[in-house]
Amino acid sequence: MHSKQDKRPTLLWIQGVTCNGNTHSFLNLPNIDQLLSKFRLLNHPSLAGEYSFEDMLTCKFQCDILIFEGTYDPLMKRGGVLLSKIVQHYAQTAGNIIGLGSCASFGGMFKASAPERNSGLIFNEEKEYGPLLKYKAKVINISGCPAHPEWISYTLSMIAAGKRVQVDELHRPIELFSTLAHHGCTRNEYFEWKVDTKAFGEKEGCLFYQQGCRAPMTHASCNKILWNEVSSKTRVGTPCFGCTEPNFPRQNLFSTKTNMSIPVDVPLGVSKRSYLTLTGIAKTFHVKRLEGKLIDYKKTD
Amino acid sequence: MARITKEEKRGGIISAALKLFSQKGFYITTIPDIAQKVGMSVGNFYNYFASKELLAKELLMYIAEYLGKRIREINEKDISTEEKIYEIVSMYFTMADEKPEMIQYFLRVYLSNREVFGEGCEGMICVSPFVTEMMIFFEEGVAVNDLHNQDFFSAFGLFMGYLGGMVFLFGEKILPEPLEWYKTSISQNIYNALKTR
Repeated sequence: MHSKQDKRPTLLWIQGVTCNGNTHSFLNLPNIDQLLSKFRLLNHPSLAGEYSFEDMLTCKFQCDILIFEGTYDPLMKRGGVLLSKIVQHYAQTAGNIIGLGSCASFGGMFKASAPERNSGLIFNEEKEYGPLLKYKAKVINISGCPAHPEWISYTLSMIAAGKRVQVDELHRPIELFSTLAHHGCTRNEYFEWKVDTKAFGEKEGCLFYQQGCRAPMTHASCNKILWNEVSSKTRVGTPCFGCTEPNFPRQNLFSTKTNMSIPVDVPLGVSKRSYLTLTGIAKTFHVKRLEGKLIDYKKTD
Repeated sequence: MARITKEEKRGGIISAALKLFSQKGFYITTIPDIAQKVGMSVGNFYNYFASKELLAKELLMYIAEYLGKRIREINEKDISTEEKIYEIVSMYFTMADEKPEMIQYFLRVYLSNREVFGEGCEGMICVSPFVTEMMIFFEEGVAVNDLHNQDFFSAFGLFMGYLGGMVFLFGEKILPEPLEWYKTSISQNIYNALKTR
């Protein structure tokens, strides 16, 4: 139990329809103890809090920060209490509400079972819709499937420090979502010279042309703030699935949709005409260094 | 009398060179031939183009930009893909009829003397505006479900190879009818070959 002098903000983590992915992601935060020491954790699905989940269901408490993980389903019950009642109660007085993960942000994966009914907290994909629209000024969406633990850490640290988190039109922190996943990709040289990768898991080649990589049109900082502090999807040879965007999940994640060999989607902010002009020219040049296996580059024997 | 600007003189060289190259071929045509046709000294010619090869590349880009601009105008029209095909065929045949030197240059100089266009015109660099517009045309045709989704070059070769072949036959005076006469049937053939199945 906390002392009466404990002025730290209170934090409550509630789940809707979820796979626990964001909880798991959060548990991988290296400085999780340090971060949590800034808050009074009322309840969390996997970490010890001050109160039980049953206590929280009485709706007799209040929290300063409400984290909601998972898709919002208005008909869902938690411990016999309608999720809508729980969410509305804690949202009313919370100073900050975090929609954690793409499900809580836009509906995500678990919207599929009831696409019209289920949603994120304030968005159904890109459309404003959801239970907390009247509190939307308080909502910060940290999208991602899952959200990166450092993104959660950044957002909570800003709130704990009393600083305002600036958000984009989808309520995602600008600091984290103003660049594309393409930014910082170690395969950028292959993208510049239009050299495709030959197979999954290869170190060489760009994943955009054949393998469905969405990094050039996905707002995320996966290649700046690395996963497990060392890597990212594209660095290990798996395409970006665009999991931070409202249209996630898409179909055929491992293939690039093309019309007559031309990508249907081109890098964000670039006109198709400009992109095709540049691509046609870049493809003309064959950079031998980029066409072979890196292990063979300058091999002497 | 108004003074002729440098840009106009440059345009005059391009126009004269196109005619000479497409009629006599790249190697037989000399810089003195071109200079004489535009009424300037050989020395002055070099103020505009440093060599015959550079002029040849400039002409190619000139044609590609001209064609690209025309196709872009068609691409931006609010009409069906079938109608766009007809317009592209019409534009191409009209150009072959009214400005035969442009198409002939493409067929007889560019495609027949690739060695001239080596450095600086690799791949599609010098014909980029034209090829890019054809890419846009095909991509949009598939996007609106008018055209069958397939490899770009398979479709591009069918379309442009067909038109180039007809203009070649026309240039050789083998066609019994004027190009204009074939517009509808050729457009229909191209559409039937490329349309959604």
